[in-house]
Amino acid sequence: MEVFKYKKPLSLMSQSKRFGLLSVVVLILSLGLIFTKGFNYGIDFAGGTLVQVKYEGKAPIDKVREAISKDTNYEGASVTYFGSDDEIVIRTKMSSKALGEDIGDKMRKLLAGTGEFKVRRVDMVGAKVGSELREKGLMAMVLAIIGILIYVSFRFEWRFAVASVMALLHDVTIAMGAVVLFSIEVNLDTLAALLTILGYSLNDTIIVFDRIREGIKTIKDPDLGTIIDESVTRTLSRTTLTSLTTFFVVLTLFLFGGEIIKGFSFTLLVGVIVGTYSSIFVASPILMWLGFSVSDFREKEAEKLKREKEKEKMRAMYEQGTL
Amino acid sequence: MKTLNFRVILFVFALIFGVVFSIPSLTQSESGKKITLGLDLQGGLHMLLGIKSDVAIESRTKSIAASIKYLFDDEEIIFDDLRMVDGKKVTFELLDQDDVAKAKALLKKEIEGTVLSENGLKFTLQMTPEEIERTKQNAIKQAVDTIRNRLNEFGLAEPTVAKQGEDKILVEVPGIKTQEDEQRIRELIARAAHLQLMAVDEERAARVMTMNENEAKSYGDVILSDVNTNERYLLRQIPVLDGSMLTDAKVGFDQNNQPVINFTLNGQGAKIFGDFTAKAVGKRMAVVLDNKVYSAPVIRERIGGGHVQISGNFRLEEAHDLAIALRSGALLAPVYVMEKRSVGPSLGADSIKASSMALALGFILVVLFMVLYYGMAGVIADVALVGNLFLILAIMSLFGATLTLPGMAGIVLTVGMAVDANVIINERIRELLHQGKSVAKSIEDGYSNAFTAIWDANVTTLIAATVLYAYGTGPIKGFALTMSIGILASMLTAIVGTHGFYQWLLPKIDKKKLGFWFGIKAEGAK
Repeated sequence: MEVFKYKKPLSLMSQSKRFGLLSVVVLILSLGLIFTKGFNYGIDFAGGTLVQVKYEGKAPIDKVREAISKDTNYEGASVTYFGSDDEIVIRTKMSSKALGEDIGDKMRKLLAGTGEFKVRRVDMVGAKVGSELREKGLMAMVLAIIGILIYVSFRFEWRFAVASVMALLHDVTIAMGAVVLFSIEVNLDTLAALLTILGYSLNDTIIVFDRIREGIKTIKDPDLGTIIDESVTRTLSRTTLTSLTTFFVVLTLFLFGGEIIKGFSFTLLVGVIVGTYSSIFVASPILMWLGFSVSDFREKEAEKLKREKEKEKMRAMYEQGTL
Repeated sequence: MKTLNFRVILFVFALIFGVVFSIPSLTQSESGKKITLGLDLQGGLHMLLGIKSDVAIESRTKSIAASIKYLFDDEEIIFDDLRMVDGKKVTFELLDQDDVAKAKALLKKEIEGTVLSENGLKFTLQMTPEEIERTKQNAIKQAVDTIRNRLNEFGLAEPTVAKQGEDKILVEVPGIKTQEDEQRIRELIARAAHLQLMAVDEERAARVMTMNENEAKSYGDVILSDVNTNERYLLRQIPVLDGSMLTDAKVGFDQNNQPVINFTLNGQGAKIFGDFTAKAVGKRMAVVLDNKVYSAPVIRERIGGGHVQISGNFRLEEAHDLAIALRSGALLAPVYVMEKRSVGPSLGADSIKASSMALALGFILVVLFMVLYYGMAGVIADVALVGNLFLILAIMSLFGATLTLPGMAGIVLTVGMAVDANVIINERIRELLHQGKSVAKSIEDGYSNAFTAIWDANVTTLIAATVLYAYGTGPIKGFALTMSIGILASMLTAIVGTHGFYQWLLPKIDKKKLGFWFGIKAEGAK
């Protein structure tokens, strides 16, 4: 089977302003959402307690709410269905330091009489740990980006590095926007998903950039736009296919992987779509806007080659004893 | 047919290695190294504990005070007004100028890590900053050891207790079946198990009901209440001895068949206890556990041998847990919960079921797609993918790595991304075939053209995964680990392995059947 058969290069760069505009609009919307509505931090980052309870039969959610409201300590606690209607999750900002009796135990007592149930999960994170986890998460993101900047600058050129990181920020920001829009709880696994998007989006971009790097060396035309069009078109089949397989895998994870990793897989799902889009339509135009010059790059490459040859020559002379 | 090349041999070796070492994990056999399931998958209790190290310093000060009393009594140095100040200093007054030199020498010799300052005959003994730091560190180390001992004695499979960071303790207990058991374990961990034998201040005992804390303090006393009733006791602040001199604690039964705890003191403890009881006949001595008075019998005669009993209306279960706590020693400082995650076994089983299902389904989808789209080239990629999965399992088994729920997701994702290398390679080969190159040339150039892209993409993903591993906690670490292993394994299976297959099969590849081999029309053959 062959779906994407290369015939002639698509003219992507001539459309780049439109795509750029689209990206900017979505980015602004995402940032707007993040700053106005804000993240729905789960207990991992905000601190608090989460109790997951499974009932035999349908969970009596109103009774549960009523039972919990009897204890004023749990004011503002939220009770929601979790995955199916026999399972509920209770979230409260409270956390307890005592080992002997924790909120899980107290909830069990409060809920006695609401029906046959089993407490299946109790997660409690103290406020201090929460902020520590948040700092660490941010740190991980920043360090990963720095590492990537250095590596890509070393393997390509600084403009490639900047362009790939910008594409990556574009993807992560939009994914975060989606997380805010759909009120997905931000927990450690959501963070893991965002970091995965970071890796995935980069992966995609690098493969396109690799083709551009190759194109610069092999395509005669000195115009960057032409080279990019040609290179992106050449990798289009790969980009789409890999994205599709990854998309389907993540989709099965989302649909069948269970309620606990829903947030994780949803975030990834958005990331895969945006990552694919950005590697085709965003990363390369940035390269152009950054003023990447094909002839300069070629000159530098040629010089590099020349230097290496000279070195070799010197070494040969040295070995022959003429120097 | 060409003989097998080194790439195929390497792949076959990797596959055999993968299968052999993943068998223990897949069959969950007793022997062999295998993957441990994370607490989120098998159920269990995960806790991050903090420690109140101030209390450790206070109790060290207290034991310094107890030592001073013992040493001075032993050497017949007359002193007065021995007390603790601010929980970190001990003050006392010597009554005889002639004793000063002797007392100083004695303290210097017997009590380490302290500085003595004097003001006339009034003395203050204080810990040095190094000693305070050492005491803190010691408290954490001791807490880790103590909690580990307690959990081991409780009889659950493979609990983990480890120091984390500077001042935190990680406790992981798998295989807890019920909420009640979990609560018992938490109580066992939290138990300070601080045993003290304290003298009742008989001179002022009559006034205890009207006395307040501060007044008691001014006499060098404390007020503690009974564990079961509201009765109050006025006790000398500095104990006769404490649990550090205890060698064993067992559950026994008294004459009414009520559970009690019998404990034995070591030689020094037995001597102190013997000496004290000899001097205090007719007075009361309180058995105090975690600042609650369990009993305060009147001493009838000198008690030698160092056997003491605690009674206190225990339930049998409670007595059992208490004996464990006493045997494994007191916590120098109390611990508190910073983070706690507990997952019931049924939820863990559900998670495994769901993610295995997603893994299987995702895998089948990808495998089918590759065959449909690329023909034989897809089959080759699929063989590599299977090899990749086994390799991931084998490597994780060998490291005894923990598989968590996000780790499962990591494997699922790796399946999606591992075929990426083959997609890139196959697309390159197709491209060259379309250009009319020979099959052999297309394969060789396809691999070399694809290599830089795959390499750079994998290295950057690895950078992200490494950072994730370094900065992640718990489940995230698991995710980063499986991703990294997956990427590395795919370099071997998807690049080297498949390349080998092509080289091996090359003589069989018919240029007229490119549809079968590479899923494209055989236009290159014209």
